[in-house]
Amino acid sequence: MELLIDGIKKAIDMILSGDREVFAITWLTLKVCLISILISTFIGLPLGIFLGLTRFKGRRILLLFINIGMGLPPVVAGLWITMLLWRSGPLGDLTLLYSPTAIVMAQILVSLPIVTSLTCTAFQQISEKMLLQIKALGATRMQTLIILIKQLKIAILAAIMAGFGRVIAEVGAAMMVGGNILGDTRILTTTIVMEVSKGNFDIALALSFILLSLALLITAALTFLQQRKRIS
Amino acid sequence: MNPLVELNNITVKAQNKTILDIPEFQICAGEFLGIMGPNGAGKSTLLKVLAFLEKQSGGEILYRGKVIPKGNVPLELRRKFSIALQQSLLLDGTVFHNIAIGLTLRKLPKGDIKDKVAHWLELFGISHLAKKNALYLSGGEAQRVNLARAMIVEPEILFLDEPFSALDFPTKIKLMEDFKGIIETARTTAVFVSHDLMEINYLTNRLAIIVNGEVKQSGPTPRVLEHPNSSTASFLNEWKKFYPLAR
Ligand SMILES: Nc1ncnc2c1ncn2[C@@H]1O[C@H](COP(=O)(O)OP(=O)(O)OP(=O)(O)O)[C@@H](O)[C@H]1O
Ligand SMILES: [Mg+2]
Repeated sequence: MELLIDGIKKAIDMILSGDREVFAITWLTLKVCLISILISTFIGLPLGIFLGLTRFKGRRILLLFINIGMGLPPVVAGLWITMLLWRSGPLGDLTLLYSPTAIVMAQILVSLPIVTSLTCTAFQQISEKMLLQIKALGATRMQTLIILIKQLKIAILAAIMAGFGRVIAEVGAAMMVGGNILGDTRILTTTIVMEVSKGNFDIALALSFILLSLALLITAALTFLQQRKRIS
Repeated sequence: MNPLVELNNITVKAQNKTILDIPEFQICAGEFLGIMGPNGAGKSTLLKVLAFLEKQSGGEILYRGKVIPKGNVPLELRRKFSIALQQSLLLDGTVFHNIAIGLTLRKLPKGDIKDKVAHWLELFGISHLAKKNALYLSGGEAQRVNLARAMIVEPEILFLDEPFSALDFPTKIKLMEDFKGIIETARTTAVFVSHDLMEINYLTNRLAIIVNGEVKQSGPTPRVLEHPNSSTASFLNEWKKFYPLAR
């Protein structure tokens, strides 16, 4: 209990004192996570829509891999990205390992399947009859797509939130491909792991509150977007 | 009279099974054409083919005497028709938004849309529902919205696939009466698939009987019902037990 109160005190202290290091770490966390989920959304949304609305050979196999990807252990994702970016690896020349870009790559790898699969599930539930009706109303393909996206707004935002949840909670891959370098690739989760291993529970707890607030803020914004203007 | 839509040797196949085989068929301007037949006869398929919403496997479809290339139906042509099905298939949004959608998609000015929606809400007696979410309507209300949504674009042909089937009797009667008045005033050509002899009798002036993907008989509704050929008769016999064909 004392530990908890100490943690809260420390957190308030750190935030109020405007600790530059904490601020930098928080800012980087926010940046990396938002970029990751943005890219995952930009790829996963169209991909999920496509997989949900079309039927082609090999679609089910592809879907199977994406669904397996939803449970991809972050350390495995981290390992793959590390090997990819390793000096002698296929993308070694880019020298991206231990950079924020590497963390973004790993986070995309773990969140893209979630966004894609959940979007696909939502679009697959649209009945043939509904598609026919929308077409018969005089919609072009593009207009049909816009109608469906509006209709499935709730499910789409849920998919994005689930992906974001994965990204912000992720630590194993970020540790591996980022290296937890101060001022460069140190983000909240990796700092927490480090502080805990040093026995600095108060700092770790303080950082965890900041992390939670961040997650809360973003999720609240998305929930607001999701739930507004429901007419009864 | 020149037909609006004309089928020539149309076949529709699905998984090697012929579900439609129609040497010739026409929709003429101004008629209210009924299509009747047992479950699985191909009525809905025929309706979709006539509305250019399903590709035929063989044969040609003409619009006002012109062959329309298969799988390449111009948007302007599709937009001359509208369709209402048994399920109302409304979108999550207000009733206003639902009825407006055909006009929104055609990019009409906002002011015009507002006026037209008000007009059609009024005609279908649902003005009080305008601001309600369409997903929370009763079956009868939802079907009124569905029909208003189809009529607002002033279609050249209105296609209906059992739009009254899911309604209870009093609701159905009231809506059918209102609908008949509306469609007669608008002079809309209509094609109407139904299982219900009473609906067919009340609404249509021409009737086609379809069994096993083939048109077995067609002609003015009273004539088909009073002088059924053998296929029609065997289909109608079940009905006759419960519904004496007095006209
Ligand atoms: N996409 C499809 N693939 C395979 N078979 C199909 C397909 N669509 C329709 N059918 C078959 O074609 C036949 C005609 O179907 P259709 O829906 O046109 O019948 P219907 O007369 O409207 O029946 P109902 O009275 O039950 O509505 C049915 O046997 C149906 O199973
Ligand atoms: Mg049918």
